[in-house]
Order: sequence, then structure tokens, then C-alpha cells
Amino acid sequence: MATSVRAAADGSPPPAPPAPRPARRRKAPSAWRSKLYRLDVKATPYTFIAPFFLTFAAFGLFPLIYTGWLSLHRVELGGDAEWRGLENYTGLADSDFFWNALANTFTIGVISTVPQLLMALGLAHLLNYKLRGRGFYRVAILAPYATSIAAATLVFAQLFNTDYGMINGFLGLFGIDPVNWETEKWPAQIAISTIVTWRWTGYNALIYLAAMQAVPNDLYEAAALDGASRWRQFISVTIPSIRPTILFTIVVSTIGATQLFGEPLIFGGSLGIGGGSANQYQTLSLLMYEKGWVTGSLGQASAIAWVMLLLLLCVGGAQALISRRNRKKTGAPS
Amino acid sequence: MRTSSRTRGRSRRTATAAVAGLATCAVLITGCSSDSEGGAGSDGKIELRVGTFGSFGYDNKTGAKLYAEYEKLNPNIKIVENNVSDGQKYWDTLKLRLSQGSGLSDIQAIEVGYIAEATSPAMAGKFVDLSTTDDVSTANFLDWKIKQATTPDNKVVGLGTDIGPMAICYRKDLFEKAGLPTDREEVGKLWEGDWEKFIEQGKEYQANAPKGTAFHDSASGLFNAVISSSPEQYSNSRGQLDWENSSGVKQAWDLAAEAAEADLTAKLRQFDEKGSWNAAFKNSKFATVVCPSWMTNIIKDQAGPENQGKWDIAAPPVAANWGGSFLSVPKAGKNTKEAAKLAAWLTAPEQQAKVFAKAGLMPSTTKAMESDEVKTAKIDYFGDTPVGEIYSAAAQKIEPAPIGRYDGQVKTFLTDNGILDIEQRGTDPDEAWKNVKNLIEDKIDQ
Repeated sequence: MATSVRAAADGSPPPAPPAPRPARRRKAPSAWRSKLYRLDVKATPYTFIAPFFLTFAAFGLFPLIYTGWLSLHRVELGGDAEWRGLENYTGLADSDFFWNALANTFTIGVISTVPQLLMALGLAHLLNYKLRGRGFYRVAILAPYATSIAAATLVFAQLFNTDYGMINGFLGLFGIDPVNWETEKWPAQIAISTIVTWRWTGYNALIYLAAMQAVPNDLYEAAALDGASRWRQFISVTIPSIRPTILFTIVVSTIGATQLFGEPLIFGGSLGIGGGSANQYQTLSLLMYEKGWVTGSLGQASAIAWVMLLLLLCVGGAQALISRRNRKKTGAPS
Repeated sequence: MRTSSRTRGRSRRTATAAVAGLATCAVLITGCSSDSEGGAGSDGKIELRVGTFGSFGYDNKTGAKLYAEYEKLNPNIKIVENNVSDGQKYWDTLKLRLSQGSGLSDIQAIEVGYIAEATSPAMAGKFVDLSTTDDVSTANFLDWKIKQATTPDNKVVGLGTDIGPMAICYRKDLFEKAGLPTDREEVGKLWEGDWEKFIEQGKEYQANAPKGTAFHDSASGLFNAVISSSPEQYSNSRGQLDWENSSGVKQAWDLAAEAAEADLTAKLRQFDEKGSWNAAFKNSKFATVVCPSWMTNIIKDQAGPENQGKWDIAAPPVAANWGGSFLSVPKAGKNTKEAAKLAAWLTAPEQQAKVFAKAGLMPSTTKAMESDEVKTAKIDYFGDTPVGEIYSAAAQKIEPAPIGRYDGQVKTFLTDNGILDIEQRGTDPDEAWKNVKNLIEDKIDQ
């Protein structure tokens, strides 16, 4: 004991690792001490993870439940709640704006996620080669991800400006009439998707790259011996080997696309919240925001939030099903 | 002995960890609510924050330097203005902050389109009643102006800053190139008495127009002008929303749609955040803009020195009031007493006259309106145009229309979603009308 105290006072490293159990049993401790000890062993892990669960309860669980409660009421911003039952949900089913927003969320999601993931796969494949300055490229493709949404969107909004933008200027060189990137439905959705794609391609590419590097080299050697070209190897070896990773990125991107908010909001400028003059790029999140903070119907906004949550749960469920099938097919342990 | 010492040591560590963990949580949970802002600054001065949108002409840079003047008169005060360009977004944010009772400036400006919402029972209680403030003399203000900000139980939630007597600002050089007269008297006669004539002149302009220019800046601007000149707007005399049956809305909608479909406009959204509208002033994209007195300041700022002397002001087809604002003092502000004093000072006749001379905001107090300072005022940017005379005359003809709680929101839907849709995307006006109707039903009736 004396040594250990002096050691601690000296500020030297803490005492050696726990003594073996037998040593403890030799001296029978008093009853309350052993109780305390047992409590210590059992409770300490919970104490260590408590901060997470407390934070989760305060910032995750409570808002979730409260939003659910709000969605069953008519709540005006700053006013009292009034019971409405499922009226907010049935109202959504009848609302053209909800279906329009849902459709927009889906189309923008598809035209941003699909090219994004395909490009990421290609980029990852290229980066997987042994090339000079590989480290630099790997960092460089992550740069867009590190850019803030607001900054990136502002720059893209300038590029896509109908009258003064660089993209229309460039198209003009080939005699193409200026495209109304903001007012026409599809050009606007494509412009927004471009921003999303630009930001996330590098991020996904790095995830793919990590997965690709875990593919055993023997497979490639065997394939090469069989006379498979690089492309053939990519299709027949790389893609099947990283299938779970691809599934993961699809799910993550789908979640991101469902929650799309900042890009259309800032891209639309003054008309951003409504998603353009005819709501042509209003997503579910924007509709929720407009309902909640512009018109002040918090109940309806909460209903939209819950519908979004249910949609995402469906996506999660589908992913679980597919990955289980996948595991069965590849024979991997589940 | 060793064992016991370790046990004690570990339990102490456990306790420390638990306390640390809990403390972290506590900090996280309370973190958001403990932000301290405003109040007395480090130098002991009281900081007053003023939230505005668009141009109020108070600031020390391009305005009448009223903040600097007030700070000189009251050395213990420091004023910070927080300005936003988009009035609609400003109001949305303000509403949210009022409902939460936080993040508010000491003085908040309110546009006339939203003043009926501010005086509604749900919101009126969140503002200081300015009729009981010492330095305020409600009798100074135009009768209809102060009434707009007065609740049924005679509380005054806002003091009028300005009103928006309207004229038409036009580009002399572009008119000349298109073969139209350039003298302001003659120009006014071209469309005197009827908005339909204004559209006719537009068609004539467009036929001979210099390439790349349009007659008018935006169909929404035209819509606002026409409805502002109508005695019947979005709400009936009892203040209830009745936009669908309003003759004013119908007329304004039809004319704006006609202008949009005949390509008389530059297809812009006024005050858009990306600045396309502002840039169009500089690049001479249009020849006319509906011009409430506050617009003169915007033209001066946006068209810039390279276009100085090219603008002139003519009488509108029909007299109208478009815009004008109020200064309110939210109860949740930090220094409501000092804020009310400042609001009263800023809206007093002397200051209003100064603001008019500098920024063209037409006073809302009769004394300032009739002062020589206002009547003979000219704005350098507009050369020898008798700006004060034109707007004072226009102000006399204003007939206030009833306003309701949802007017501002309905106006935004009609212009941003209806007219702009026709103008920019070529939507059929009937279709656009249906869309707006759906929107308003969806967003306003809860």
C-alpha cells in the first residue's frame, strides 16, 4: 500500500493491472464491501454509456415522441394544441402538395443517387490502381464533402444562373438556347441533383475504395490467369466482392436523399422554401419546414416528419431483407 | 489492505466518471438556453438592436445617419441594425422568434402587409403598447396609418415609419429610343386614369424597344401596383379574407397576366435574394418600374452611378399606396423602455423629413408630410425631378383599403406562385389561379 501511495503521489503511472482474483478472495472482505464491489462491476459500464443514452433520450427519443404527439393535434405556432386524431395524416393523403413533394423527393433522389454511386464506383476503381500521387487524389476527392452545403449551393446557383451563369454561357458556345435552370421543372431538379452528386461522390468513392482494398488479391491473380481483362475483373470480381458495401451506400444515400433540404432551399433563393414558383422542386423536408415555420401549422409539419420516418423505416426494412438474401446467396455466415 | 485500497480507489473513480458524465449531459442539455446576447455591453453602453428589411434609410452609410445622431444625443446607447433584403423571409423569421420569445431585436420593423397579423389577438400581446409610451405622440401620424397598427382594444403595436405613395419611374433614354415621349408630364398623360392604358403603352414600347429590354420589370410589381390602387384588396371591410371575390384582385391578376403573356416584362422577381432583379437595374433590362416613394432609393442603389440622370418619375395611372412600414417593440426584447424611446424618435416628424430627403421614404406623420423640407425635396440621382412635390401630391390622393390578417401571405402566394409562374414558366393563367387557390386553402386554412 505504501508503495502504491507514494507512486501516485510522485505522479508516476497508475498502479499495475488488477491483481488476480484469488488474491482478493484470500482476505475475506466485509459484506458491504463485496456488495459495493458487485455493484461497481455491474453499474460501471452503464455509467460509462449513460451520457449517450441520456443525450439520446433528450435529443432523439423525446423529440420523436413529442413530434408524434404533435402530429395528432392542431397546433398553431405559439398557440395551444387541439386534438385532431389522424386528421393531419388523412389531410396529407388528400393534399396535392404532399404528393408533389413526395414525387420530387423521389425523382431528385434518383437522379442524384444513381449517377453519384456509379461515378463513385468508377472513381474508386481508378484509385485502386497503383498510381503516382495516390494519396493526393484520395484526399482531393473528399474535398467537396468537406465543403459546406451553403457555400457549395451558392456557387452552383451562380453557375446555373439563367441570365448570367457560366453553364448557360458554355451551352451558348454550341448554339444551345439558355436553359431555365431555375424555373423549369426538370432542369431545376437536375441542377439540384448536380450539387448533391458533386458533394457526395468522393465520399462514396472512398467507402468503395476501402471495400475494394479488402478484396483478396488471389482472386484477381486467378482471374488474370484465366485471361480476364481489367473490365471483366471489375465486373466479375470487384463488384460481387463489395456487394454489401454497395448496399450500404445505397441505403445511406437514400436516407440522405429523403431528407434533402439545404440544397433546394438555398438554390431557390427567395423562392427556396416553396421549391420554386410552382413547387417544382419542393421536397418533403421543404414542405415540412414551410408547414411548420412559414404557415405555422406544427401539427401538419409533424405528420410529414412521421411519414418521412416511416418511409425511411421501410427503406431500412428492405435493406435488411436484401442483405439477408445476399448473405444466403454468397453463403457468408449471417 | 491492498484490495480495500483499490476498491475504494475504483469506486471513487466510478463516482468521478458518473459525475463527469452527468455534468456533460447537463451542459449539453442546458447549453442552448444559456446564450447571452444584447443587454449592456462591456463598455457599459446599452446596445439596442434594430431589425429591418429592405431599406429604411436610417443607417450611417447610405441613409440619413440617424443612428449616429441618436448615439450622439444619448451617449449611453449603441445601435446595431440587422437588415435582411427579403421582406417575406424577414416576417417568417420574426413570427417564429415572437412565438418563441427569443432571438428578437429590441425594435422590429413590420411591413404594412403583415400589420393586421401583428394586431391580431394571437400576436398583439407580444408587443409593447406604444400608445402609453411617454415620447410617443400618436396624433402626429396620419389617421389611417395609426389605425392600421391599433388593436380593437386601442393598443398601438407599431409606429408608422413611412407610407408608399406611388408613381411610375421610367428610363428617359429607353423611352426615347422606343419613340415614346420623355417629358414627365407627357408620360403621365400617356396612361392617365387607367391601368389598361399602361399596358397599351407597354405594347407600343415593346414593338420598337431597344433589343434586350422590356417595358416593365416584373408582372408581380404590376400586380402589386394595380391592387394597391384598388379600394377592394384581399380582405373585406370586416377584415375577413375574401380574395377570390375581390374586384381588385381580379383586375390586378388579369392585367398582370396580360402583361406577362404579351412579354412586356423582364420576368424578374422583385427583391430576389440572388440579385437578378438588382442586376437588371444596372444592366438596363427594363424601362419602367412601379415606384412607391421608397423605390427611389432602391433605384439609386441598384442602377448605380452609371445610370444617373437617366431615370425620371411620372404620375401613375391611378393613385395608390404600396407599402410603408411600422416599428414595433417586442416585449421579449432586452431594453423595451429604451427601444420604445428610440422608435418614437426615429418616427418623429423631424427624423421622417430627414429620411425622406435622404432615402425618399414618404413620411407617415402629417407634420412631416406638409413640411417644406419634404415638399421641395429633390434627389440628386433624379436630377431636377421635383420628387417631393410628386409624392406629396400622390400621398394626398391615397384612399386606404381595408387590410386583413392574411393579406401579406395571400399576396405572396398570388405573386410568387401565381403571377411568377405565368411569367417565367408560361403556365396558363386559369391553371395558375387554380394552383394559387389550392395553395391558399392548403396553407392558410388549417
